[in-house]
Amino acid sequence: MKGDPIIRLDRVTKRFGNDTLAVSDMSLTINEGDFISLLGPSGCGKSTALKMIAGLMPVTAGTITIASPAGKTEQDLGFVFQEPTLMPWAKVFDNVFLPLRLAGISRAEATPRVEQALRDVGLSKFAAAYPRELSGGMKMRVSIARAMVTQPRILLMDEPFAALDEMTRTKLNNDVVRLAATHGLTVIFVTHSVFESVYLSTRVVVMAARPGRVAAEMQIQAPWPRDEDWRISPAFSAEAKRVSDTLKGTLDADHIDH
Amino acid sequence: MQTTSTIDAPVGSENAAPVNHEAIARAAREKIMGRVLPVAVLLAAVAFWEWAVWYWQIPHYLIPAPSLIAQTLWKDGPSLMVSAWFTVKLTFWSLTLAIIGGVLLGALFALSRTVEMSLFPFAVILQVTPVVAIAPLILIYVDSTFAALLICAWIVAFFPILSGTVIGLRSADHNLRDLFTLYRASPWQRLRFLLAPSALPQFMSALKVAGGLSLIGAVVAEFVAGAAGQNTGLASRIIESSFRSEIPRMFAALVLVSMLGIVIFLLTSWASRRVLGHWHESEIRRES
Repeated sequence: MKGDPIIRLDRVTKRFGNDTLAVSDMSLTINEGDFISLLGPSGCGKSTALKMIAGLMPVTAGTITIASPAGKTEQDLGFVFQEPTLMPWAKVFDNVFLPLRLAGISRAEATPRVEQALRDVGLSKFAAAYPRELSGGMKMRVSIARAMVTQPRILLMDEPFAALDEMTRTKLNNDVVRLAATHGLTVIFVTHSVFESVYLSTRVVVMAARPGRVAAEMQIQAPWPRDEDWRISPAFSAEAKRVSDTLKGTLDADHIDH
Repeated sequence: MQTTSTIDAPVGSENAAPVNHEAIARAAREKIMGRVLPVAVLLAAVAFWEWAVWYWQIPHYLIPAPSLIAQTLWKDGPSLMVSAWFTVKLTFWSLTLAIIGGVLLGALFALSRTVEMSLFPFAVILQVTPVVAIAPLILIYVDSTFAALLICAWIVAFFPILSGTVIGLRSADHNLRDLFTLYRASPWQRLRFLLAPSALPQFMSALKVAGGLSLIGAVVAEFVAGAAGQNTGLASRIIESSFRSEIPRMFAALVLVSMLGIVIFLLTSWASRRVLGHWHESEIRRES
């Protein structure tokens, strides 16, 4: 149900072999339908936290609980990497088909779902193209379609638009909000952009580095889903300043430490 | 009105953007040159050879004229073809077995670090010991000459395939690996849909190298085995002809060997283009 806790991190710690403390004592509760941004400088462990939630990396200490729905066999969690991470030898269709194929679903059965996922990101016409024929923004859309094809409830995104130009990024931001709203997704979005986090999310989790930890959690005071008007409203500027100041506070504190 | 007529002017009228005729013509010229030039230069070289032999009256037991080599090819054609067929078989089987062995062992190496650590030294020893040095031993131990020659040629062609397969299987993108983990891919699915396609570029380039090496291995092995036996390949014919000072026939056999090498090169290049052409940078043709 919307609003119920769906992901819970309880005192999660990640230590890499050589005693680097990537994430220290991180606790966080995420409710269904939340759009959370993990915001912080590089090295604050935000990507590591995301990978642990996805189960791609074991935790050193603590627990991560994900409320899973009964009877769903396909992956309930979509992941979008910083790079599009497409298979260059496979056509767009086959790239999006991959998660279903790995779940043992036949091509015939999967086709309508793959087509729907491509329609959702506006790439219906490019099903037969190879990734190298697409622009950076289009590749990212394919990556999003692939994450969405299993109809997950949770979408994890690891700085997905960091390498894109401003205009493409803005457009994809709007698309992600629209997708999240129409599918009732719970999104965790890793970013180092204050504006992106304020624009997209219902809640911003500010993280600090060395060791990676949660420095502050901030609710963004604005109705959601958002649209272009939000980006140019005075309220947006005020929220961005509030988040930015908090982030700066943690960075300064960090600086004094070292 | 005067102004609208210029806007409505159809494409191709004097108002269209100027076409760079020179660039188009240059591209067409380059395309034709790309095909004509190699053939023309090769023919010129052969013609010069023919002329030089005639002009300086070089005896045919030193350097035969191309026309004499062609005659010999025609005259000894049937018996040379039997030898060529022998070498073709030897090369083909050694390459086939190298591919099978190299891919299987390479997959095993990529899957298990333990297997790699235990067997890799043997593969290296096999690779660094010159085949000419091992061949006499193999000829002693193995009864069938064909089998002995096959082993020698196989040793030479095997290593590139093995190392190409191992590196290829390891070169899969780490984010894609994570993706396959996320979707709980079985080991077989991982191999079939991720590792094997990722390995193809390295494998195909290894195949090109191994194709040439299998011929070299076959020729070297035949040289070591000498001219013994009736079932002999092109290299044995070269030695035999040299004993008898039949230089034109040496050249004729040599022409066949290098033609065989060219065919192998063309076939492996074609296969590489077929497999990688639609996605891998190395085989994609760009238009400038």
